[in-house]
Amino acid sequence: MAATLPPPRLLPSGDSAITVEFSRNIDDAANRRVLALDRAMAAEPLAGVTETVPTYRSLLVHYDPVQIDFDKLGEKILALAQRPVPAATASRRWRIPVVYGGEHGIDLEDVAKTLNTTPDEIVARHVAGDYRVAMIGFTPGWSYLSGLTASLHMPRRQNPRLLTPAGTVSIGGVQTGVQCLAGPSGWHLLGQTAVRTYQLHRDPIFLLEPGDNVTFVAVDAKTFAEQDRAAEAGEFIAEQIAS
Amino acid sequence: MSKLVIAAIGPASSVQDGGRPGSQRYGLVPSGAVDRLALAAANTLVGNGPFAAAIEIGPFGAKFEARGAVRVALSGAPRNADIAGRPVAPDTSATLADGETLTLGFARGGSFSYLAIEGGIAGEPMFGSLAVNARAGLGSPYPRPLQAGDELQMKEASGAPERRIELPAASDAPIRVVWGPQDDEFADETKTLFLDSEWKISATSDRMGYRLEGPALKHLYGHNIVSDGTVNGSLQVPGNGQPIVLMADRGTSGGYPKIATVISADFGRFAQIPAGRAFRFRAVGVAEAQVEARKFAELLRTLPERLRAIESVDLNIDALHDANVAGHAVSAVDAGTWHAVTLADTTGPD
Repeated sequence: MAATLPPPRLLPSGDSAITVEFSRNIDDAANRRVLALDRAMAAEPLAGVTETVPTYRSLLVHYDPVQIDFDKLGEKILALAQRPVPAATASRRWRIPVVYGGEHGIDLEDVAKTLNTTPDEIVARHVAGDYRVAMIGFTPGWSYLSGLTASLHMPRRQNPRLLTPAGTVSIGGVQTGVQCLAGPSGWHLLGQTAVRTYQLHRDPIFLLEPGDNVTFVAVDAKTFAEQDRAAEAGEFIAEQIAS
Repeated sequence: MSKLVIAAIGPASSVQDGGRPGSQRYGLVPSGAVDRLALAAANTLVGNGPFAAAIEIGPFGAKFEARGAVRVALSGAPRNADIAGRPVAPDTSATLADGETLTLGFARGGSFSYLAIEGGIAGEPMFGSLAVNARAGLGSPYPRPLQAGDELQMKEASGAPERRIELPAASDAPIRVVWGPQDDEFADETKTLFLDSEWKISATSDRMGYRLEGPALKHLYGHNIVSDGTVNGSLQVPGNGQPIVLMADRGTSGGYPKIATVISADFGRFAQIPAGRAFRFRAVGVAEAQVEARKFAELLRTLPERLRAIESVDLNIDALHDANVAGHAVSAVDAGTWHAVTLADTTGPD
């Protein structure tokens, strides 16, 4: 008999959403349960649920309180959340090219100094990682990846930057991420990818899904420039590879 | 087709509709009108569906010139309005003849007005919506706030008789919130302080978030939490203890504890509170908030039953006079500061 999983906490986010919280921390097992519940709710849609938003540690379930109330929906969610988490799910796997350092990753040298090693070693550690899209949030396509090696864990910057470039690949705390749009960030910028995780007038508009697997491959600046032109024209650039 | 040429418009004015829910899992916020009742009322007046695209007009004045006849309706924050010198009362429809100008004054006792246009605004929907979300490059016909010189296209006015709509009286009651999802990050005294204090909305507020001015709210365990999802009305408390209420263009996730959430039935009323005016919060349970959400949905559904014929021009002027008397002092928002600082400058991914 499978061990009973501890139930998540059901926290109201106002009258039209429930935060289904599996953990307060960044926790891989909790994130797997979040993604499993998200899939279960997609496979068997509950009346009144309008959309679900997976994050590291919780699933935000938006619903219409005219159709279903907090208590009834909470019961149904708890029942789904108690199901065993599938050991391996058929997730997609992407390989994302990154140009590291220089103008594309202005913090690479500093990160190496802080961690008492060389920029090449930082790149080697980052491309060696096997990551999963734990969540996409904040701005369109901002993909938060779990699976960063402990040897790259670093506190975020004291002073967040107001503007970081589109396509930035960065590390912050125990996470790494790919941002699509230019915007503020307090993370350390290691490199840049031509991959657009969000691009209008392309099918699909959003390239990555929460739960997808991701690896990085280092490319030179010339390759990045070519890929960037192709990406602008609508090419994925990210390679989908067999799991 | 007719056209409405924007001769003058202030900041914080954009095309908005019911928004584009459904892609928050990819980091795309729904956007849409911050005061859905006012949007729906304006649209109902000109025979549109309640959440058709309209012009959301910020606290400052605006001028629109018609090329061809255009039928419009104004709802939301009261303000002086006239078409070629003929006064237009709040919550009524009116028609601009070819070449006429609609002039709107400053918002009084509110922040946003909605100018609905008969037949809607011509544009190309993305994710089913024309709503502007400049950060994501979305919105049509312009993926940015409106500027002088912009032109909107619409069908020619039908000549239908003008209408007014009877809306429930405006309320100054406290803004109702449901505690959570992270109210356990705050001591009971802090929650009491939150409810017992007067708050004001800072002039450095925008459609991403309204900053609140009042006592600092202390966290029990620090101000960083692992990011989780946000909703319209999430009341997050950053490191300085000054809460920010997340609005229609919020980030879809955030890493500050959320002490409470504005109930959906009060979100539009909250969005309309002018910068600098004191107000309070009141906590209610989820069940009560959901009763209010159902009442609000019923109000939206039955708006067409609230339409009335306009009997005479005299009545029109009376209505305008009443609105003037009932309205509050002119917004204290200063043109130089409103919208000058965006929350993007101070928040980031976490």
